[in-house]
Amino acid sequence: MIVAERKPLEEITGFVAGAKKVLVVGCRGCVTVCNAGGTKEVEILASLLRLNSQREGNPMDVDEHTMERQCDPEFAEAFGEQLGRGHDVILSMACSIGPQFLSRRYPNERIFPALNTSFLGGALASGIWSEHCQACGNCVIHEFGGLCPISRCAKSLLNGPCGGSENGRCEVSEETECVWQLIVDKMESNGRLEELSDPRLGKDWRTSRDGGPRKIAREDLIK
Amino acid sequence: MTKSPGKNGFGGNLARILASGAFAVTGELGPPRNGSREDVVRKTEHLVGNVDAVNVTDNQTAVVRMSSLAACLIAQKRGLEANMQMVCRDRNRIAMQSELLGAHALGIKNVIALTGDHQKFGDHPEAKNVFDLDSVSLIGTIKKMRDEGKLLSGRDLDGDDGRPGFFIGAAFNPFADPESFRVLRAKKKIDAGADFLQSQCLFDMERFKRFMERAVDLGLAERAFFLAGITPLKSAGMANHMKNKVPGVIVPDEIVKRISGVPKEKQAETGITIACEQIEELKTLKGVAGVHLMPVEWEHMVPAIVERAKLLPRPAFAGPLADPSAPRRPGE
Repeated sequence: MIVAERKPLEEITGFVAGAKKVLVVGCRGCVTVCNAGGTKEVEILASLLRLNSQREGNPMDVDEHTMERQCDPEFAEAFGEQLGRGHDVILSMACSIGPQFLSRRYPNERIFPALNTSFLGGALASGIWSEHCQACGNCVIHEFGGLCPISRCAKSLLNGPCGGSENGRCEVSEETECVWQLIVDKMESNGRLEELSDPRLGKDWRTSRDGGPRKIAREDLIK
Repeated sequence: MTKSPGKNGFGGNLARILASGAFAVTGELGPPRNGSREDVVRKTEHLVGNVDAVNVTDNQTAVVRMSSLAACLIAQKRGLEANMQMVCRDRNRIAMQSELLGAHALGIKNVIALTGDHQKFGDHPEAKNVFDLDSVSLIGTIKKMRDEGKLLSGRDLDGDDGRPGFFIGAAFNPFADPESFRVLRAKKKIDAGADFLQSQCLFDMERFKRFMERAVDLGLAERAFFLAGITPLKSAGMANHMKNKVPGVIVPDEIVKRISGVPKEKQAETGITIACEQIEELKTLKGVAGVHLMPVEWEHMVPAIVERAKLLPRPAFAGPLADPSAPRRPGE
């Protein structure tokens, strides 16, 4: 899923400075699963903004709404029912795709991102998420014991660990596991270490972001 | 497959020394954090005649410095053969291949292909990194340009005259984890085209020997030259720092104890003694073709170390690199 986290409150209060009426919009997709922008987080942010505005002696109306998915034109269309009630600012609590879809559909509204879109990943444990994919567009994890060195190695190395791997940790951060240690351990325990011995010369990055913004068009689905 | 120098005539002085079977010595020169030609010249003074070639680092530890190619040319003008280091952190395959062609045109004989330190450690941690290629890919790219006259994309270079005939270098680190993969990683570099490899700073001789034994068993020492990295310890403080703070370096307790056991003013002397003892042991270690001296901010000790380790006089094969007819510049 897309993992996101809320922007610092000071940044968000900057977005709504001077506004009388604000709408906070959540999303029931990935950001609900990663506890960043679902109904509960919309409620929390709305309360914080109300409290903050009262404390500053400039009380603000803050409405709440959570969409099924912000990254879908159908739901963006239906979102129109929430508009026309005099909101000065709309805060989207989706990944950055949400506010882009809403801005495109409603070009005259002032829509701000309330989240920072962090990475593609999953939860390791309650409250801990980590990056697992870089959307390079050509998945090769099966060649690395089911682990992704492109997203999980600080240098995206495809030919083995660099000289900074120590005790299973990445030299860039003690907090980060060396994915190459994990790959070697896995391949060794499966008796497949030899499969890592051929040099891989240069990944083709065309399917990644380097080829320009990407688009998929499925003939069978286009109406 | 055989080692390529000698047979194919790649490289220069270093390649010939290694091919001759003589115990080689390389040094290290970190370009200055400014544009001073004189600063580079000063650094060469301790090295000329004492090493067979010098690694000129490429923005090492991700700190902005004079470019490796520029500093290499200054060193070569002083008669010191350069090993141009090239890292994958800052440039993509287009820029790197272009620089390799330029380096060849300007007389660079040896290139060392490295992945590069992460920018987190440097003076621009906010920079975007590249890592389009990694060290193994870069080695393969250089070999392809040299042996096939082709770019990485498969496109031909124009004509055969401008093929870059580099002697290709790489790094190896027996001291990083996972240990079981370290020899395979060196093998990958040799399979990709590395002619010689230099190690990370060696303090743990037992682990180094284990590595070399396996490398010899796999026939790697027949296919490429292994040079052991030697960094003399200046003090007990430095020994502890290397032990605890530098990932991928192992300083055994007995070395820390030995250097901590002498008075502060004698610690540097002990560090040099340890380095010389290591060199002595390496001279007869199977598969080791030489040493790579990397004193940290202590370059002026190189003459004393090579003297004490009985590595002088250095053999010389290729003609002098400096062109005596070239106009002298201020500071030369």
